[in-house]
Amino acid sequence: MYTLAIDTSNQILGVALMKGKNIVGEFVTNLAKNHSARLMPAVDHLMKEVQVSPAQLEKIVVAKGPGSYTGVRIGLTTAKTMAWALNIPIIGVSSLEALSYQGRFFSSIICPFFNARRGLVYTGLYQWDDGSMKILGKEQNIVMTDWLEELAKREEEVLFLSPDIDQFKDVIHDYLGDLAIIPDGAFHIPNPSHLILIADGRETDLTHRLTPNYLRLAEAEAKWLEGQEGKK
Amino acid sequence: MKKDIYILGIETSCDETAVAIVKNGVEIISNTVASQIDSHKRFGGVVPEIASRHHVEAITVVLEEAFNKSGLSWEAIDAIAVTEGPGLVGALLIGVNAAKALAFAKQKPLIGVHHIAGHIYANRLEKEFEFPLLALIVSGGHTELVLMREHGRYEVIGETRDDAAGEAFDKVARMLELPYPGGPQIDRLAAEGEETIAFPRAWLEEGSYDFSFSGLKSSVINTIHNAKQRGENLKKEDIAASFQASVIDVLTKKTSQAASEYGVKQVIVAGGVAANKGLRSALQNEFSPLNIPLLIPPLHLCTDNAAMIAAAGTISFEQGKRSGLDLNANPSLILE
Ligand SMILES: [Zn+2]
Repeated sequence: MYTLAIDTSNQILGVALMKGKNIVGEFVTNLAKNHSARLMPAVDHLMKEVQVSPAQLEKIVVAKGPGSYTGVRIGLTTAKTMAWALNIPIIGVSSLEALSYQGRFFSSIICPFFNARRGLVYTGLYQWDDGSMKILGKEQNIVMTDWLEELAKREEEVLFLSPDIDQFKDVIHDYLGDLAIIPDGAFHIPNPSHLILIADGRETDLTHRLTPNYLRLAEAEAKWLEGQEGKK
Repeated sequence: MKKDIYILGIETSCDETAVAIVKNGVEIISNTVASQIDSHKRFGGVVPEIASRHHVEAITVVLEEAFNKSGLSWEAIDAIAVTEGPGLVGALLIGVNAAKALAFAKQKPLIGVHHIAGHIYANRLEKEFEFPLLALIVSGGHTELVLMREHGRYEVIGETRDDAAGEAFDKVARMLELPYPGGPQIDRLAAEGEETIAFPRAWLEEGSYDFSFSGLKSSVINTIHNAKQRGENLKKEDIAASFQASVIDVLTKKTSQAASEYGVKQVIVAGGVAANKGLRSALQNEFSPLNIPLLIPPLHLCTDNAAMIAAAGTISFEQGKRSGLDLNANPSLILE
């Protein structure tokens, strides 16, 4: 039996298929192209290539954000509907945690992040500890410079991982200097098979209850709440 | 004996998450709708991002309810039909991706359906079609006259050049400070008021079946504004009645002219505004002396639902039309 992983939460479109702990196949693109039209054909292509039918799936793991609202929903809708239709368990994994996995075996702390526009990032802190990734604190949607100021206070090495790293390299070095470790190239792209490794042994989600990890209210909702505050 | 056809339909183009199963395109087996209307009320209208968030939360719940209620097995389902457009893109995406995932998981054919074709085929769940027929589609997003000479082919002979009829209803309701959704509120007030104000009717060029409601909307704004400045107090009931009379007058006359010109055997009304009591009775008065059968679906089939998508999808299925797994949401899909 096989586990399918899906990630369309950011620009990367990633699909992986594993049998136990072995990767059977992976499909990854890093293109600014439509996830909605391409996800299902990618799953179909990969499964046909390795001759696995939908009925042979035993679990689905999906990246649940943060990231592009639309992208997150495309992946989650597809994964949830497949899990429901095939009557198999589903596990949602944070897209930041998935990315942090590119820094596993690193001894100090790991900071994965995604550009959330207007100077903000979706981010969190992770640490590889005794064979698994632990989160330190909570994931948040925060102004990057405020976040870097906080990190600088820790006075320890931080590994930065992000598909948006190029836009932030300079400011990261401004705040952290030599304490900032920024690897090259492929480490900044989340790997869909890591979703399955992370989900291994984790409690499954209830398919109907699994919702995106937006880390941010819808704009209309935030404004409405502000208005309610004002009335008090 | 011909095998029965069962189509599972999915509709998420606006603020309803809906799934239904229909037999042979004419009989509803199950029909589930999760409405979000309460969560959009506080914003005074549908907020696209909020609608998308609700759809992704509700989709598998609604799928399960509709499927379990049908009492059918997956073997019995012939295909998955889904609204591919038009509508709110983020909302459409949920239905489209759910439909593709379901079609792939269960290895069933996939059929993309035009939302308006759905509204038209809602009528076939009540009465078999006779061609040629004329369909008047009136909703928050659409005002169209569609001629059909056979199943699955649509000729748009008239459409709005600016606001949809339902949009005009919502805007006037907002000016009158009526709660959302405004259409039914106007209809209710109109029944209590009288047509005391002669609002304009946009007939457009001779022989045109197109519509325009933005002039009417401006006229209503100006009338309210001027009355306020003069310190006059116009009755909301009368404004509603006068506005509604203008909209209904144009819709009824143009539909009637087109019905005569094309010698249609049936006139069909579809879309949310088809629930309007004033419009229903005006159309009945117009068509009963003309001896043209008028079909208006029951209220629960006028608003967005998935039974209509499954019904329209059945025709596509019978005609051999299929969509690929690369099917995408198309917010400005054209009816052909
Ligand atoms: Zn509609």
